Amino acid sequence: MQPVISLENIWKIYTTGDVEVTAVRDVSLTVQPGEFIAIMGASGSGKSTMMNTLGCLDRPTKGRYLLDGVDVSVLPRDELADIRNQKIGFIFQGFNLLSRTSALENVELPMMYGGRKIAAKEMRERAMRALELVGLAKRFDHTPNRLSGGQQQRVAIARALVNEPSMLLADEPTGNLDSRTSIEIMDAFQALNEKGITIAMVTHEPDIARYTKRNVVMRDGVIVSDIYVQDRFNAKEEMRKLDEEHQAAKLVK
Amino acid sequence: MKLTGTFRIALRALKRNKMRSILTMLGIIIGVAAVIAMVGVGNGAKAQVEAQIATLGKNMILVFSGSMTSSGVRGGYGAAGTMKIEDAEAILRETPGVTMVSPEIRTSAQVAAGNQNWYTSVLGESEDYFDMREWEFTDGSSFTEQDVRSANKVGVIGKTTAQMIFGEEDPVGQIIRVRNVPFRITGLLKSKGFSLGGSDQDDVFIVPYTTAMKRLTGATVLRGINVQAANDDVMTRVQDQIASLLRQRHNIRAGHDDDFTVRGQQDIAEMATAQSKTMTILLGAIASVSLIVGGIGIMNIMLVSVTERTREIGIRMAIGAHGWDILLQFLIEAVTLSSLGGLIGIAIGFATAESISHFVGWPIMVPPVYVIGSFLFSAAVGVFFGLYPAKKAAALDPIDALRYE
Repeated sequence: MQPVISLENIWKIYTTGDVEVTAVRDVSLTVQPGEFIAIMGASGSGKSTMMNTLGCLDRPTKGRYLLDGVDVSVLPRDELADIRNQKIGFIFQGFNLLSRTSALENVELPMMYGGRKIAAKEMRERAMRALELVGLAKRFDHTPNRLSGGQQQRVAIARALVNEPSMLLADEPTGNLDSRTSIEIMDAFQALNEKGITIAMVTHEPDIARYTKRNVVMRDGVIVSDIYVQDRFNAKEEMRKLDEEHQAAKLVK
Repeated sequence: MKLTGTFRIALRALKRNKMRSILTMLGIIIGVAAVIAMVGVGNGAKAQVEAQIATLGKNMILVFSGSMTSSGVRGGYGAAGTMKIEDAEAILRETPGVTMVSPEIRTSAQVAAGNQNWYTSVLGESEDYFDMREWEFTDGSSFTEQDVRSANKVGVIGKTTAQMIFGEEDPVGQIIRVRNVPFRITGLLKSKGFSLGGSDQDDVFIVPYTTAMKRLTGATVLRGINVQAANDDVMTRVQDQIASLLRQRHNIRAGHDDDFTVRGQQDIAEMATAQSKTMTILLGAIASVSLIVGGIGIMNIMLVSVTERTREIGIRMAIGAHGWDILLQFLIEAVTLSSLGGLIGIAIGFATAESISHFVGWPIMVPPVYVIGSFLFSAAVGVFFGLYPAKKAAALDPIDALRYE
């Protein structure tokens, strides 16, 4: 099977003035369709650079990056934008929804920048379907400031899904959320992954990483460990446990 | 990305900051309003002046006697009394393109009939004068060539004078006394209204110039000569020829000043519109300064907007917006601001011109080309001043933009 992601000896070197900083050195990584991978590491480990590279926001200094078999490391700016639009679904730490814009319109946004024109009616239908998938269809006309953090992140997930990308790319998706909401989001991710969607997620929380199938740990720009998760968390299970604990705490009081 | 979608985004962004948008538009609004008001009032004034000039007649040339300076005191035009009846005859005879002349005598006198009297202008003219000025009669007709030759005591009465002396009664055929000389009225003139100078052209009694010289003033010289040229094209040539003819007749050597003044109808019109031209230039200057300042205001706000929305730009780019999409979005926003300002400016301009026209008493006229032109220009201001901020937005790096706090 053709891998979704294939990084071949990727280097990323930043030059600030005379100082050269190597953020990523000679990293190779292959992700097959249907994988759910967490990229972990402390700050400065190069995981953000990896994320930007995987997300086609940045080009590697050296090496090849094949996304769905296409070498994207050599594409110009606008073609990278098209790749981001068509093949990658972005989910950010800060949700990054457009404020004062309804959930539905936020989800429609990627379709507006697609190469081909989509009728307004079809855009709406597709956006609604994506919102249904994350369980927010009822709140389609709410603006982000009227949604909770978890709901906002689910709108962001719907937005990431709407163009049916090859993979979802999440940058600290639970970074701004409490533990309960974090589990909710992981539940959504696991459900999507069950349906066959490839997910790559950057996180620094080992707990969150345990919801994925594979953990890649980076340090100083290189991959130091790449293991498949043995005792994987199930979000639904964890949620039940959390509820029980909550219940118990109440009883003790 | 579809243009309609971009347009919607731009409109929404403007609606979010209503107050800011309106303040930003203010410069454009004032500029465009000034243009429309200026054009409206200016054109109205021009039309008004042209209508008044037209009451002079068609292709008229006025020849005045020069002024006379005696012991440093300068008399007005006609004071020198250099113009003679023979000059008028010579102009008609020797200048090709001249169709009619009317030597002019002007005085003021008390006129009376029955128990009414009135102080009015008395003009001495030839029988052709009324044709030259295209002055029609309500009743009766002009005095005749015979009357002029014989210096008969006949005259034509203006509407105002007739009303003052005779009221609603028909003056034609009645006798009116001018400085106690009885004159028979042969015709009642239609109203011509006010002249450029603001005097009532109908407050007049017109007699043959010969009669005026012999029976009223005793003068032997003319105040001036009214000349009519055959058509518009020969006006300048005829004016020049009259001048050289008169210099020759008056024995004025080269290098010496004329003792007369020749003035075409167009010269008079130009003098009259000079004032409104000054006003037009002034308003035009205000308008252009205001449009430039307005444009800079738009640029300023757009730069602020780009900075404020750096994150939004980052999001849009991350999910696939091209630089071009971002450029278009901000450009459309700027153009929407400026052209909306233009539309409001046009409305306010019309309202201003309308109220000025009530005040000054002439109608406003705004040719559609100015309305379309000022709208397009305000849109162009948006493009010009919006381009730099829009380019700045489009050139942002998506990673930096996303991280922007």
